[in-house]
Amino acid sequence: MSDIAISTHGLGKRYTLGTGGRGYGTLRESVVGTAKGSLGRLTGSRWPAVDTDTIWALRDLSITVNTGEVVGLIGHNGAGKSTLLKILSRITEPSDGWADVTGRIGSLLEVGTGFHPELTGRENIFLNGAILGMRRSEIRQRFDEIVDFAEIERFLDTPVKRYSSGMSVRLAFAVAAHLEPEILLVDEVLAVGDAAFQRKSLGKMNEVAREGRTVLFVSHNLAILQALCDRGILLERGEMMADAPVGEAIDAYLGTLERAASTDLLERTDRDSRGYDDTHIRHVEIRDAVGGHADAVVAGRPATITVEVTEVIPMMECQLTIYNSLGQAVVTFDSEMSSPADVREAGAGPRFQCEVGSLPLLPGRYRIDVLVKGKRQIQDGLQAAAFFDVEPGVVGDRPMPASGWDGNVVLPHVWRLPG
Amino acid sequence: MTTETVSPPSEPSPRVETTRLQATSGFSRVLSPRELWRYRDLAYQIAARDVTVRYRQTALGAAWAVLQPVGFMIVFSLFFGGVAGVESDGLPYALFSLAALVPWTFFANSLLLGSESLVSNSALVSKIYFPRIFMPAGAIAAGLVDLSISLVILFAVVLIYGLVPPLAVLVLPVLIVIMLAAVLGATAALSAINVRYRDVKYVIPFAIQLWLFATPVVYPSSLIDEPWRTLTAINPMVGVVEGFRWAVLGTDAPLELIGVSAVSAIVFLVAGLAYFDRVERSFADYI
Repeated sequence: MSDIAISTHGLGKRYTLGTGGRGYGTLRESVVGTAKGSLGRLTGSRWPAVDTDTIWALRDLSITVNTGEVVGLIGHNGAGKSTLLKILSRITEPSDGWADVTGRIGSLLEVGTGFHPELTGRENIFLNGAILGMRRSEIRQRFDEIVDFAEIERFLDTPVKRYSSGMSVRLAFAVAAHLEPEILLVDEVLAVGDAAFQRKSLGKMNEVAREGRTVLFVSHNLAILQALCDRGILLERGEMMADAPVGEAIDAYLGTLERAASTDLLERTDRDSRGYDDTHIRHVEIRDAVGGHADAVVAGRPATITVEVTEVIPMMECQLTIYNSLGQAVVTFDSEMSSPADVREAGAGPRFQCEVGSLPLLPGRYRIDVLVKGKRQIQDGLQAAAFFDVEPGVVGDRPMPASGWDGNVVLPHVWRLPG
Repeated sequence: MTTETVSPPSEPSPRVETTRLQATSGFSRVLSPRELWRYRDLAYQIAARDVTVRYRQTALGAAWAVLQPVGFMIVFSLFFGGVAGVESDGLPYALFSLAALVPWTFFANSLLLGSESLVSNSALVSKIYFPRIFMPAGAIAAGLVDLSISLVILFAVVLIYGLVPPLAVLVLPVLIVIMLAAVLGATAALSAINVRYRDVKYVIPFAIQLWLFATPVVYPSSLIDEPWRTLTAINPMVGVVEGFRWAVLGTDAPLELIGVSAVSAIVFLVAGLAYFDRVERSFADYI
């Protein structure tokens, strides 16, 4: 039997930009607005905006999710994933269309939301449980289980503000994971805690998914989505681009990332420039140090990553992160953690170069995220600024297969073998 | 035994209901008793949290509930009662002012904490759905604990002065209800405006000062001539404060003040909740 758990019809959410819209308004602006003729501002059923500059965070979305389906929502930042979850969890109302939701909805939230630092672990379990929609009786029933899962028995009566961050993360996840709503919304919360706890929480999520509960997942970790979901929905700028088995949806997403990387970086609008306009990332590439094609390198060979920017400003730093094709970070290079071997020269041109003596990556496709800082502020950031392929090579005089090895890196090493 | 055959298995969990989420208008949330009842556990937890947290990590703890009105009583007695010689309906000035300060302190604190309640819980408001009215209402409910403590002190002081509260003391719960209605209405509206306009944060402390002097706390309302005296009771705290003096100290029954204030408090309540309800749905977009 496959009942429908969620069905949306032309669902849309519009935000208004500009002074009259989102963000902080002041009474003065409002008074001025009133003087300009928009009377009834304080009494209107919706706070109307002076500006008509609007943005659709979500537009014309019609999907049906059956009971028991585990669906991954995929997309860039600002693609509308969180907006959809917010509408479904009733935090905000849609501007257009409607959604029918059958059953109790619960959200797994960012860690610590709803915790009060002054309350003890015990008090917080009850408070947080109630916030997440559990009855007191339910919480009491599952109390021991929660405490067990979080591994905080000894600190039950200690205020949460004295917890280590690991402890509060575990407690928050434990409470949320023991929710029993018919529909569970999960927004990027699994990447918390130490590795052992991550494995445990992933196991818990797996269990939840197998229990026949409907789950909507948002994560940037494509490996987790692939492992947990059956179906993937790809959103881009508020619109649905794909609704397919999760593998296909992820491929479609990677396709959009590559398309974004191949366009002129200066034209990209999904950048994290924090409102600064002093310098922008112009071009990013990785190249064999001795020559060869851009964006195709061989494992074990020296490689150079080059980031070109439009302008040189004081105290510039650069941070690069390489991700594998499943969206898992493999390695970060950060110039702020300086080494005596680093060279900073005036007049070298507006570019950073990061030289890796011997590229220790396994064959496969990778992407580079770039963050440029200056004057101690983040000036510009781009996800998926470049893609590159690593060809099989030789690391530490040892060849590698083109595929079949687990992991992401290969390190030089020596064996001692019997006979 | 019956011979009934086994009926086919019924639909699993038939009580699961479908909710339609869409843009709404008009009054739908605050005034929906079903919704409030469904979230009753959360209401309880929020109020309990506000009570527990209120005096955590303070050296004097719940003594603050008493120190505030008593401190004001001492200062007011010295300056208004002593130096300025303000009339006090023939009562010791300390008693006269304390009987007013007990409800007033509750009112002022509720206004202060309640109007900030949504903004200071913005993480919750922007991430979880629940009837938002619980936030200001929880702050007020937590204040009731303080009010109870300071009422005990008030009666103790009355007895120390050798007075016995008159029969009118039975009116006290009615006065408290009037005060609750007024403060819930005002706090709901202010907390909602605060979501959009943080100016409220700066207006409140100032407004409370003005409101204190618009209320017969340091002076008796008998100083004002009729019909103005009755008219001032549009400020619901006028009826409450004078009512408290009547109920606890046995001054003349200010029935017309209480009546006007009761009506005014209901207007406060209805208007405040109505405004809250209208703007509640967009809190998460603005907070």
